[in-house]
This record gives sequence, C-alpha cells and structure tokens, in this order.
Amino acid sequence: MQLTLGPNLYFWPRQQVLDFYADVASWPVADVYLGEVVCSRRHEVKTADWLALGTELAQAGKRVIYSTQALLESASDLMGLKRLVEAGGLIEVNDLGAVEIARKAGIPFVAGATLNIYNGPTLDWFAAQGATRWVPPLEASRETVTAILAEKTCAIETEVFGHGHLPLAFSARCFTARHYTLKKDDCQFKCLEHPDGMLVDTREGQHFLRINGIQTQSAACHSLYDDLPQLAAAGIGYLRISPQATHCRAVVDAFAARLTDASAGSDLAALHPQGLVNGYWHGKAGIALQPNE
Amino acid sequence: MPRKPQLICPAGSLPALKAAVDRGADAVYVGFKNATNARNFAGLNFTDQQLAEGIAYAHRHGREILIAINTYAQAGRVAEWRKSVDRAAEIGADAVILADFGLLSYAYQTHPQLRRHLSVQGSATNFAAINMAHECFGVSRAVLPRVLTLPQVEYVIKNTPVEIEVFGFGSLCVMAEGRCILSSYATGQSPNTHGVCSPAGFVRWEPEGQRMRTRLNDILIDQFEAGEPAGYPTLCKGRFEVEGDTYYALEEPTSLNTLSILPELMKIGVSAIKVEGRQRSPAYTAEVTATLRAAIDAAGDAHYSVKPAWQDALTKVSEGHQQTLGAYSRPWR
Repeated sequence: MQLTLGPNLYFWPRQQVLDFYADVASWPVADVYLGEVVCSRRHEVKTADWLALGTELAQAGKRVIYSTQALLESASDLMGLKRLVEAGGLIEVNDLGAVEIARKAGIPFVAGATLNIYNGPTLDWFAAQGATRWVPPLEASRETVTAILAEKTCAIETEVFGHGHLPLAFSARCFTARHYTLKKDDCQFKCLEHPDGMLVDTREGQHFLRINGIQTQSAACHSLYDDLPQLAAAGIGYLRISPQATHCRAVVDAFAARLTDASAGSDLAALHPQGLVNGYWHGKAGIALQPNE
Repeated sequence: MPRKPQLICPAGSLPALKAAVDRGADAVYVGFKNATNARNFAGLNFTDQQLAEGIAYAHRHGREILIAINTYAQAGRVAEWRKSVDRAAEIGADAVILADFGLLSYAYQTHPQLRRHLSVQGSATNFAAINMAHECFGVSRAVLPRVLTLPQVEYVIKNTPVEIEVFGFGSLCVMAEGRCILSSYATGQSPNTHGVCSPAGFVRWEPEGQRMRTRLNDILIDQFEAGEPAGYPTLCKGRFEVEGDTYYALEEPTSLNTLSILPELMKIGVSAIKVEGRQRSPAYTAEVTATLRAAIDAAGDAHYSVKPAWQDALTKVSEGHQQTLGAYSRPWR
C-alpha cells in the first residue's frame, strides 16, 4: 500500500502553497493531488501555477494527479476543467460533468469520492468510462468497500481517504462568507484567514463541524492510522492523507513508518486538538471513535 | 407563449396520491416501502397493492405516476434495487426516478420502454453531466439540485435535449443533494445509503423547565427558550457556535417558495415544477397541489401576480413558517 497526498481543501496564501509543495517533494508519498477542488473564487494559485508545480513534483519522482472542482455549476467552471484536461496528465474527477469531459477526451481518470459509487456494477460503469482508480464514498465502511470490490468485474486501483478532516457536504452557499455576513461574490477571501477552516461547535461546546467556504467538514480528524495493518489486507492500494496547515509532514511520516513497521506507534491525537474519529470505516456514525482492538 | 410546466407532487400514501390527482397534479411521485427510496420513513410509502390502485386512479384521470428509486444500490444488495425497477415496470409506472448510474444502466438495458428520470440525488448540476446520462442511459428528464441560480438553470436548459425539472416548493436542502453525508457523520445513516436525513430514530426531545433541547444521536442541534416553537433537529438547520457567535451557521429552518418567479421559470423553458414532501400529510399535498396548480395556470398571464391567498396557504405549511427563493435568487450572492 502506498501513501498519497490529497488535494489541499483549504485556501492558503500563494507563498504558503508554493512552500508547502516544495517541501512535499521530499515526503514519503507516491502520488500528489494538485489543484483547487472547493471554490472557483480561489485564485491565489492559478491553473498555470498548478501545472508548473506538477512538473516540479514529477521531476522529484512523484506521480501528479490534477484534482478538479467538486461542484461544477457555471460555464466558467466547465471551461476551467477543459483547460486542465487539455493540458494532459492524470486527473481526479469529483463531478459527473467532469466524467463526461474526461471520457469524451479519452483520458483516464481517478473517480473521486463524491461520484457516489456504492456497488460493483456502478464501479464497473465508471471504469468503462475511463476510471483507472476510484475513491470510495467517505461514508463507506471497510465491509462496504470489501463488498464493492468483491462485486466488481473491472480491474481498478482503490484509494481510501485515510487521514484528514472529512469533506462532508458541498453547497452553493458559502458558509465562511455567511459567518462574516458578506456576500459570496464579495467574500473578501476570508477563507485565507482560516487555514484549517472555522470550527462549528454545539452550544454545549462539542466540536462538531468545520466550515471551509462552500464545504462543510468534520471538526475532528478522521484517521485510519490504527487500521493500517488491516487496510492492505482489504485490497486497498493507496491511502490518502488530506493536507492540513500544521503537522502534515509529521502525519505523513507517522503513516510511512507504520507502513514499513506495523509495530511503530505515534501519538497522532496530540496533533489533533479537535480529536480523532474513524467511525465510518467501522460501519458506525462518522463521528464515532472505535478504539484500537 | 412558453409551454406550461408539469406540476409534480409528492405522495407518501394512497390518500395523498389521490389528493394530488384530485387537486390537479400532472404527475405524482411515490416510492416503495424499502431502502431504495430517499424517503424511507416508518409508516410511509406504498405496498404493491396500494401502488396498483394509485396508478389505476391516476391513469383514470389522465395523470402519471413516477416511482422514485433514488438511493444508491448498496453493495451485496444490488438485486433489491434492480427488483424495485422491475416492479415499477411491471406495475405500469410512467417513469422511474433514479440516481445510481449502475442502476440507470440496468434500467436502460432491461426496461428500455420505461422512461428514466435522473433524480436530484444523482447530483447533476451541469449540462455535461445531464447529457452524459442522456447519451448513456436515454434519460429523458433531470431534476436539478437546489444549488443553481435562475441564469444557471437557463444555461443548462439551453445546452441539453433533456427536460429539466426544478423544485418549486418544499423544505430546502442547502447542500447539493447527493453530495451531503452530514447525516451519516452524526448517525451512521444518510440519504445516499438509507434514504433518510437526520433520522427520527436518533432524535431526542429533551425538555428542561421551559426550555427544549433537540438532539440527534446525542449531539445538541438546537435549544429553544420558552415561547420559541421547537423545530425538528435537521442537523444543517440547527444553531451552533462559530467563533463566539451562536446562529444558524448553515441554514435557517425555511421552505423554498417559487410562486413569485413562476413566469421566469416558464420563460426559460423549465419542463416541470416539483413539490418536495413525500413525508408530509395528505392535507399538505392537497393544499400545496391546489395552490401550485392555480399559480402555474395563471403564470402565463402577462399580469400575473402572487395572490395573497396562495401565499397564506403555503406559509401555513412551510418549515419554520419561513420561505425563501433559495439559490434561484441567491440572496447571499
């Protein structure tokens, strides 16, 4: 099983992004996903910059996959995607419209978690359109993923979302702008002030959700660190770590160490003050934490 | 003059179905009593016998019955979803409303004569996605998620041969349908997997003196002071704290109401207007159907205006007694 670094879901200043990926070049990850997947208003890093970053990372030995926006609504959203596809290379599609563009262009793609692949025949259909890898829905349990893999007839790689704040929902509305009572089209790019999103707590102080523009995430960090030994056995080829503003390198190193030595231990909880969860993988509510057996 | 859009109304029971037909729905959408249907609530939905009676009733009045099989087929249980499509074909439904692409493929190959609509849960928000469903599965109509503005809806319509159906009234999802798993994050059950959102089995109403707390799987969704009407704890419509402010962080409890823009929806070529609410009562279906029927029939008139009586009727059945144009006007844009 190999590690991948998922697309950055947050909005960071340009220099922070460039510094981050300069560092990533030396990390123990096989694949790096680049690109903006959340909001079409985020332009600190432009398409040409992403492509240049991709070239550099490829020279450093990484496989680069360009991730595309999760909610394609407007004409310009579709055009932006077409440019990325025409530039060549591997892409991850996170919207059905992107599947159409990829298959018409005849390029292979990674079928993202929001394409809603819950069974074997559906996975087979996406593979027939050109998917060479897929990411199961984030709410899929180990049992579900195993059942889908048993049911499929296509040959395809499987990548599981292994560590990060879970992107749970997408909206037309921007919740960050709403918090500041700003209009979405005049958001003053407030997301830049929240490199890991904004916490949404219950009125009892429970950390519940996390606002990230039009995306709603889990407040806690979903982590399959404790489940690593069983993951490879389940036929999972790739494990995704989702970028975060702090401790990302430490997280990647901890996973890499445990992949080479199953007895390696690391206190990831100390790096995640809003807590760790793994309920989805164990067939429970996503917010649950199944203790290590 | 633009063609009048069809009025598509919800029914969770035979009395609701008959009420919708009686009050002027062009088509009624319903679901089976199982997990294939995104309103899989206890006491709701149709047995085969009830459905046969409902279809006969609708057809006798020249109306259509659409069967929503709009959750995602779960691995290892795909046969249940396929069987539901087979039943819909056998029982004489006018169309099936599907979300799962594998299931659409099955329906297209097995029952080519059975019309296929792409469910809102299919989450197709752009013409590229819709045209793919048309080309691959012969989908003849798509229901748009409630995230697009009017100009965006128009842009989709101009670029697809597929009929476009939009929501005209009912509870509002602020998230893109089919791309929200908040419910399973809190409870383990979501619309995509179980056909439920914020399921009732996880709800706890917790009175404390004059105050009412509402919980979902123990998570505090909202709390209401004396005199405040307590609403169902749909988790995206609770009050939470963000950086010291306590407010409806995602969305207020509110209903979508498009009465004021019906002429625009007609002008841009919307084929059908859908009413949300299969989980609501027959009285709700009757009230909303009659109101929307009258409004759609009047919307082609150059002097169209929203009648206060229509507005009153819809306000009474609105969530939180509040209404919005939602994404169509994008007040937040």
